[in-house]
Amino acid sequence: MRKIDLKVVSDKIRDMFIDACENIPENVLDALKKARDEEKSPLGKQVFDQIIENAYLGREKHLPICQDTGVAVVYLTIGSEVIFEGDIYEAVNEGVRRAYTEGYLRKSVVRHPLDRVNTKDNTPAIVHIKMVPGDTFKIEVAPKGGGSENMSLVKMLIPADGIEGIKKLVVDTVFNAGGKPCPPIVVGVGIGGNFEKCALLAKEALLREIDDESADPIANQLEKELLELINNTGVGPMGFGGTRTCLAVKVNVHPCHIASLPVAINIQCHSARHKSCTL
Amino acid sequence: MIELKSPVNPEEVKKLRAGDAVKITGVIYTGRDAAHKRLCELLAKNEKLPIDVNNTCIYYVGPTPAKPGRAIGSAGPTSSYRMDPYSEPLLKEGLKVMIGKGPRNKEYKEMLKKYGAVYMSSIGGAAASISETVKACEVVAYEDLGAEAIHRLEVEDFYAIVTYDSEGNDLFEQGIETYKK
Repeated sequence: MRKIDLKVVSDKIRDMFIDACENIPENVLDALKKARDEEKSPLGKQVFDQIIENAYLGREKHLPICQDTGVAVVYLTIGSEVIFEGDIYEAVNEGVRRAYTEGYLRKSVVRHPLDRVNTKDNTPAIVHIKMVPGDTFKIEVAPKGGGSENMSLVKMLIPADGIEGIKKLVVDTVFNAGGKPCPPIVVGVGIGGNFEKCALLAKEALLREIDDESADPIANQLEKELLELINNTGVGPMGFGGTRTCLAVKVNVHPCHIASLPVAINIQCHSARHKSCTL
Repeated sequence: MIELKSPVNPEEVKKLRAGDAVKITGVIYTGRDAAHKRLCELLAKNEKLPIDVNNTCIYYVGPTPAKPGRAIGSAGPTSSYRMDPYSEPLLKEGLKVMIGKGPRNKEYKEMLKKYGAVYMSSIGGAAASISETVKACEVVAYEDLGAEAIHRLEVEDFYAIVTYDSEGNDLFEQGIETYKK
C-alpha cells in the first residue's frame, strides 16, 4: 500500500488553483494565436489581441486572467493501493480555501442556491473521484466560470435524432449563447451514458488537452465537423461577429440504453484553465 | 476612438453609435446581480439610492480582491442579460451607460431608445488588462456582498465598444450577419 499525506494534497491543490487562474496553458495560448491569425473580422482580431495581451499580463504580474476564478472543480484519480489517513474531501476543500483566500482569488460560491449567502472561501469544491488499479494518484483542477457554465445544457435526444440531431443541438446552443460565454469557446460534448453520465462526459471532455484528438473515429469526425459548423455561425470573438467562434470541440462518448441518446454540452470560455499533476 | 467623460453628457451619449470604440475617463460604479436587486427594492419603496446614478455609468463586474499595491483586482465584465430585469428602474433614475458582455433582451433595447441610453461591451476575460485602467477603487455600498458590493471606480482610458445605441442599432446582429455562412 502507498500512503499519501493529505497535507501534501492540500498544499498541491492550493498551488494548482492559483497557478491555473494566473497562467493559461501554453497550448491554449497557441490556439488563441492561431485563431487570431485566421480571424477575418478586424474587430475580432482586436479582441484576440486583447485576450492574448491579458494572458501575458497574468503571467508576468501574477494576476488572475479573469475575475471569475470560478467554482473549484477537482478530479482525483486514485489507485486502489493508495491510502489516506483522514478525509480526502476535506483535504481538497482545505486546499481550495487556502488558494482562494491566500491567492487573492474571487470567492464565487453561495452556501444555498436560494438564500445565496457567500461562503467567503469558495468552498465547497466539486470533487469527482475515479478509482483505478495500482498506486497512482493524479489531481486535475479546473476553476470553472459561471458565464460559460450558464450556457451549458443536458438534452435527452432519441436514437432517431442521430448525429444530425446532435449537430443541430450543439450549433443552436452556441449560436443562441452569442457573446455570453466569452467566445472563442471550447465546447465539451458528452454523448451516451444516461442523464448524469453525459454531463460528466462533457465536463471531462473539457479537461482534455486543447490540441489532442479523440481516439474514437466517430467522435473524432464529429469534433471536426462541429468545429466548422460552429465557426460558420458568425458569432465570432465576444459575439461581435467573426469567423472564429470556437477554438476546439471535444466529444466524449459512452455506451447507453437502447431507447436513449443523451447529449450534454458544456461550454468553456477562452480562459480554458486547467492544471494536472501526478503525485 | 471617442473619448467620453463620466459622469456623462446625455447629448454625447445620444450621438454614440453601435460599433464606436470609446475610452472612458472619470467615475463609474460597479454593480451586478445582488446589488441591482437591492437598488431596485429601494426604488420600489421610493427610498433613496446609496449612489447617484443620474448621467453615470454602471459596470457589471465583481472583481477579484486587490493584491497589495494595486487599486483593484482583475476586473472583466460579467454577462449583462442577468441585469435585464433590473435595468428600467435605474434608467428612470437617469442611468445612461451600462457596460458588460453579451447580448440582452429585446425589451432592454427598447428601453435604451426610450431613455436615450447606451449599452457597451468590454472584453470578457481580459480582466487583468482592464484592471490597469482603474486608478482608484472604494466600496460605497453593500460591503457585505464582497465582490458584488457597489464600488466607485476612478478610471482612465477604460476601453469599451458601443454595442446597442439609443437608436436601436445592435453591433452583435450587424457583426454576426456579416460573417454568418
